[in-house]
Amino acid sequence: MAEITETNLPGVGVRHEFVTDSGQHVGVISHRGGRREILVYDRDDPDSCSMVVHLTEHDSRTLNELLGVSRVADSLAAVEQQIEGLGIDWVPIAEGSSFVGKSIADGMFRTSTGVSIVAVVRDSSTVPAPRPDFVFSVGDIAVCVGTDEGLAAVRERLTA
Amino acid sequence: MTLGAQILAATSSEAATAFVEVGAIAIGLSFLALIASRVGITAVPLYLMAGLAFGDGGFIDVTASSDFVTLTAEIGVLLLLLTLGLEYSSDELRTGMRTGLLPGLLDMVLNFTPGLILGLLLNWSTPAAILLGGITWVSSSGIISKVLNDLGRLGNRETPTVLNLLVIEDLAMAVYLPVAAALVIGRAPADTVWTVAIALVTVVVILWGGLTFGHHLSRSLTIGSDETMLLAVFGLTLVVAGLAQQLQVSAAIGAFLVGLALSGEAQRRTRRLIEPLRDLFAAVFFVMFSFQINPADLPPVLLPALGLAVLTSLGKVATGWWAAGRAGVGRRGRMRAGTMLIARGEFAIVVAALGASLTEGPELAALAAAYVLITDAIGPISTKFADRLVRA
Repeated sequence: MAEITETNLPGVGVRHEFVTDSGQHVGVISHRGGRREILVYDRDDPDSCSMVVHLTEHDSRTLNELLGVSRVADSLAAVEQQIEGLGIDWVPIAEGSSFVGKSIADGMFRTSTGVSIVAVVRDSSTVPAPRPDFVFSVGDIAVCVGTDEGLAAVRERLTA
Repeated sequence: MTLGAQILAATSSEAATAFVEVGAIAIGLSFLALIASRVGITAVPLYLMAGLAFGDGGFIDVTASSDFVTLTAEIGVLLLLLTLGLEYSSDELRTGMRTGLLPGLLDMVLNFTPGLILGLLLNWSTPAAILLGGITWVSSSGIISKVLNDLGRLGNRETPTVLNLLVIEDLAMAVYLPVAAALVIGRAPADTVWTVAIALVTVVVILWGGLTFGHHLSRSLTIGSDETMLLAVFGLTLVVAGLAQQLQVSAAIGAFLVGLALSGEAQRRTRRLIEPLRDLFAAVFFVMFSFQINPADLPPVLLPALGLAVLTSLGKVATGWWAAGRAGVGRRGRMRAGTMLIARGEFAIVVAALGASLTEGPELAALAAAYVLITDAIGPISTKFADRLVRA
């Protein structure tokens, strides 16, 4: 991965930038409100941008979907900060787990532990809010939200 | 009679006139705000021009609603400074203080001094001259952040330099405003030293308290709904401002310090909640400010205002040029940074309003209005074409 430079923009947000393999300087501004800007720097005047694309929060999600990057971690971290006592865990379904081929409903996780499975990461794409009939396969990562005790119980069952 | 019935009974013919007047002003302002957003500038210079056009002895007579309008305008200043204080997190302030000290000093020397000297040359009292220095010193963060956004320059290499200068100016105002307010109030030299000392101690205490216990305050404010939070912050701002005023520190600085003290979640939510209120109240403040300017006071101050604008524009260009150069930015970027800083706005008007009680008050207000309007024309236009002003 290229080296990413981070710059704080007081009153605005944060800017990240890097140089692509082909030598083009690009960057992203994350506004405090959640808005993003994609920057393409000018080759002639490297201090300024020759193109700026404005993205709403919704646009950013669309673009992320196209680029195949998971934004779940990002927004979950924000949730974690807002609600005290709430934990998040990423539980991989390894080969040999008793849940391979079984659905979320089979586990009855919410009933027994209070933990919700809010997303499943599969092959670098993310299934947000999976339905109860979602069937696990090897290599899935279940993103679970709940109390610390609940999460420990779910991890034990999913990996056993 | 219950309170509600009393209020209803008071809604008589006098109140009816006031409603119509205030409503008409608000509708007029909404048109100006619309024009401003179409043209791509902030509405502040347009509000000032509207106030000037309808000023003393103009078309509208606001006697019936003047009490209400005056109080609204004063709350407008408080909310304006509250949001200016909310602009930056305490981390950003600390970094700004560390990295921006030298550019900040250069900024002060090049831009405060011309105003101060002109005030003394005009034979004004020292407090009035110091206020004029403040007017020429501080760039408008409102206008600059809007222009940066509109011209798509937030990603530019020189932009952090520009923003850091705004942070430093913000902090400098936390010291300058109470001192200036104390100077305006103080009479005998011994008294003045005393009031300035009280003002500085109060600011340091509130600032220290805010940075130390601000997160406790911020956390306790976020427990409720938006409604509880809005009321709590609004009330807190008015109470602190009122207490500061009683200690002769100026209410504005109290509100500003409340903004600085709030951080994190509370800061973000308050910004979102207070901004609509601020737009409403501050619009009234700007119109009222220029409303009270006598048009006859304008012609004599035009030449000094123009001279001051040219001199301090060069001062800002030099500041931006040097500061951006330190950050390794090229010639065109340095020119963009310098010209970007030219526009003055909300702070200049707040400073000028502080001097209302001085004998030079009317002249100061007229000069400030003319000066702000000139720099608001020079700034955004020159920065738009900054790339053509220098060779790469």
